[in-house]
Amino acid sequence: MTLRIRADIVAKILEQSRAEYPDECCGVILGPEGSDSAVELKPMINAAHSPTFYEFDSKDLLALYRELDEKSKEIVVVYHSHTETQAYPSRTDIAYASEPNAHYVLVSTRKEIAPETEFRSYRIIDGEVTEEPVEIINTP
Amino acid sequence: MSSSTTSAEIEVRIPTILRPYTKGEKLVTAEAKDLKGLIAALDAKYAGLGERLLENNELRRFINIYINDEDVRFMGSLAATLKAGDSVTILPAVAGGCK
Repeated sequence: MTLRIRADIVAKILEQSRAEYPDECCGVILGPEGSDSAVELKPMINAAHSPTFYEFDSKDLLALYRELDEKSKEIVVVYHSHTETQAYPSRTDIAYASEPNAHYVLVSTRKEIAPETEFRSYRIIDGEVTEEPVEIINTP
Repeated sequence: MSSSTTSAEIEVRIPTILRPYTKGEKLVTAEAKDLKGLIAALDAKYAGLGERLLENNELRRFINIYINDEDVRFMGSLAATLKAGDSVTILPAVAGGCK
């Protein structure tokens, strides 16, 4: 399945990735339940504050899922940056991927490709990774 | 019998990834007086669920469990006590990294 995402949201994620470099940055994009529509960007704090690891803060995680329940939203995208490696899910990413319905977006800001970045999307289900096309929608 | 030794019926929210164990149910109930007992009670009802939550009799590192609004890691982990009306939420950590 293709991930369709607005150009301004992509730009904000790349901006966050650069701002938090060399640490990994992370966040989600929410949409109405069942819509698979990535409309609401929600940057999250990387509680690990690490260049090789990210983890949502436990309290933030609960608040996020409460919001999903109360407002009938779903996590459409889970994103994080890799600051030293390519934008491909690592063994750790695969082991902890727990949202079979989400698009897992990886951004790479590794210095070998600077100022270019990579922005790629995957499904991670039962340990199996499938890359999917990303369609960037330009908004007026 | 004092309330501290009586099992109470506890409401438990199950995350998407563990719903195959609960036949798709998002909200289940089980009786227990502490978290350890709750996980045992859940595993008795939904075989295999306990193993997804525990490793070597400890809470798995990347599973978060909350009693009401509090992370159980700040409440004694598996020894955290439960009382009637408590609501438990299980959430897998959102985590990863480049290694």
